Amino acid sequence: MAAWFKRSGKPLKSEQRRDIPDGVWIKCKSCGDTLFKTELMRQKQICKSCGYHFLLPSEEYFKLLLDLDSWTEHDAKVTSVDTLGFKDTLKYSDRIVKYTKKSGLSDAIRCVSGRLDDKPVELAVMDFAFMGGSVGSVVGEKISRSIKRAIQNKTPLIIVSCSGGMRMQEGIFSLMQMAKVSTALVTLSRAKLPFISILTNPTTGGTTASFSMLGDLNISEPGALIGFAGPRVIKQTIGQDLPPGFQSAEFLLDHGFLDMIVKRTDMKPKLSNLLSILTPRE
Amino acid sequence: MKQYTLDFEKPIRELELKINELEEFAKEGKIGLDGEIERLRQKAEKQKKEIYSKLNRWQHVQLARHPNRPYAQDYIDLIIEGFEELHGDRNFRDDRAIIAGLGRMKRVSTSSTVDEDSDDFRVAIIAQQKGRGTKDNLKRNFAMPHPEGYRKALRVMHLAEKFNLPIITLIDTPGAYPGLGAEERGQAAAIAENLFAMAQLSVPLVAVIIGEGGSGGALALGVADRVFMLEHSVYSVITPEGCASILYRDASFAETAAEAMKLTSTDLLGFKVIDQVIKEPVGGAHTGIEAVAKDIRILVSKAFTELQGIDCDARIQARVEKYAEMGRWIEN
Ligand SMILES: [Zn+2]
Repeated sequence: MAAWFKRSGKPLKSEQRRDIPDGVWIKCKSCGDTLFKTELMRQKQICKSCGYHFLLPSEEYFKLLLDLDSWTEHDAKVTSVDTLGFKDTLKYSDRIVKYTKKSGLSDAIRCVSGRLDDKPVELAVMDFAFMGGSVGSVVGEKISRSIKRAIQNKTPLIIVSCSGGMRMQEGIFSLMQMAKVSTALVTLSRAKLPFISILTNPTTGGTTASFSMLGDLNISEPGALIGFAGPRVIKQTIGQDLPPGFQSAEFLLDHGFLDMIVKRTDMKPKLSNLLSILTPRE
Repeated sequence: MKQYTLDFEKPIRELELKINELEEFAKEGKIGLDGEIERLRQKAEKQKKEIYSKLNRWQHVQLARHPNRPYAQDYIDLIIEGFEELHGDRNFRDDRAIIAGLGRMKRVSTSSTVDEDSDDFRVAIIAQQKGRGTKDNLKRNFAMPHPEGYRKALRVMHLAEKFNLPIITLIDTPGAYPGLGAEERGQAAAIAENLFAMAQLSVPLVAVIIGEGGSGGALALGVADRVFMLEHSVYSVITPEGCASILYRDASFAETAAEAMKLTSTDLLGFKVIDQVIKEPVGGAHTGIEAVAKDIRILVSKAFTELQGIDCDARIQARVEKYAEMGRWIEN
């Protein structure tokens, strides 16, 4: 098992912060190699020495998985609202503004219609840069609309998950998104349209416990942390360190919860082949 | 059952003890105390009403977790006739954090509250079960299910579907269990599969939150045509302690987190996340379980009657549309 799994005992947030390249170079947290930021992005955020998959921004996934200039973004103007008047160390309303500025995103997901090897698909990509990819009403609504478009246009749906779980600042509304998206997926399933769930590092909490695990095919990137409870919570519960590799994509594959693990750079041809088998040619 | 008194219950409890004491005295015939006892009774009632009319959200959480609060089995005993518990997920083991079974429930006509003995519902019941005391709680794992618990629930849901039995779920869990085995056996997948299955079950589903509705662990029994909540129960995306330790970096901020999350029955009714609140006696469900059980039975029975009058596909469609409405956002 790769060395980067040693991190599993540490808090996730600071780990993720280190994941975002800063300055000119970045140290690979798996092998310790020094990597140049621009070179790393050219390599689709994969460490050239050990293959560790760094966070990849949503825009890059569109480039990675879809044909050149083939996509149209939808619902970019659906944004979060502070219904509860929630305040922790910061007001939720201020946090929304802060992350919108910081990430340049309107929320934690972007949804497009595009073509993958000329096959029309609906693609929804979560982005960790907006509040840790947390799922609130906007994520739930935008996925639901992607599902509707998929049914309308009779196309497959692909969701790339990257999420710390439900967005607590939206209280019960965030929990209800698990039910909302799972229910909407039933309509897709009844229309016999494929749903491919791609899980990336990290996919945890209610995100995993709803749409991320409901793919007709569940595919993960190598080394992704995937689970329901976070490593820190489990560690607190059992009072001991977690075994190496616990909750890694490889662990989930071994335990029967993933169909396959696919390297980011192999993802598009893999999806193309799978979709060509699952959907009849027109 | 040993009586447990919450801090805010103490003034009432003290008055009650004093009344008992005076009654003992009066019984011995030493002095006429009727006037004094009556005065104290009125005082206790007044105080009780006052305290319970302005509970804060944390106090609701405390009541939802009250050690004397009725648990699922207590309600099943009062609501369900001929209850037969079913065990096991047919795969790994029997998770005692979840009770599943079959039974009958008296039908109540939609227009009255009078029982109609001639007719009843055959039903399936699925619930999280807390333990009473340490030993029982270890057996029940503090009502924190493992994946096999959710899979047992799913098995019984499909059984109910096959034999056309409406399903009642009673929700009372701090959340799904965050442990090694639970993750190894696919806690996330088990919860997700339940959400997906409940969304398309052909039989009516009614969920009642009777205590703690904690996160995905609660929702895994909570996707339903109708969702009711006992007055002092709570329902939230994470426990107040969990929310506090993540967002405030300190679990002792649980009280603040409870306020911020807006997790009471009144809050959720206002958000239209639940359909109705079931009133509890002043003092909480533990001070009068019979009345609460009766109200649950009446409300669930009416809901079943109503839901059975709807065509199956239309019922599923309505379920899908209901959840599609959940959430708040803006669009410019
Ligand atoms: Zn490396």
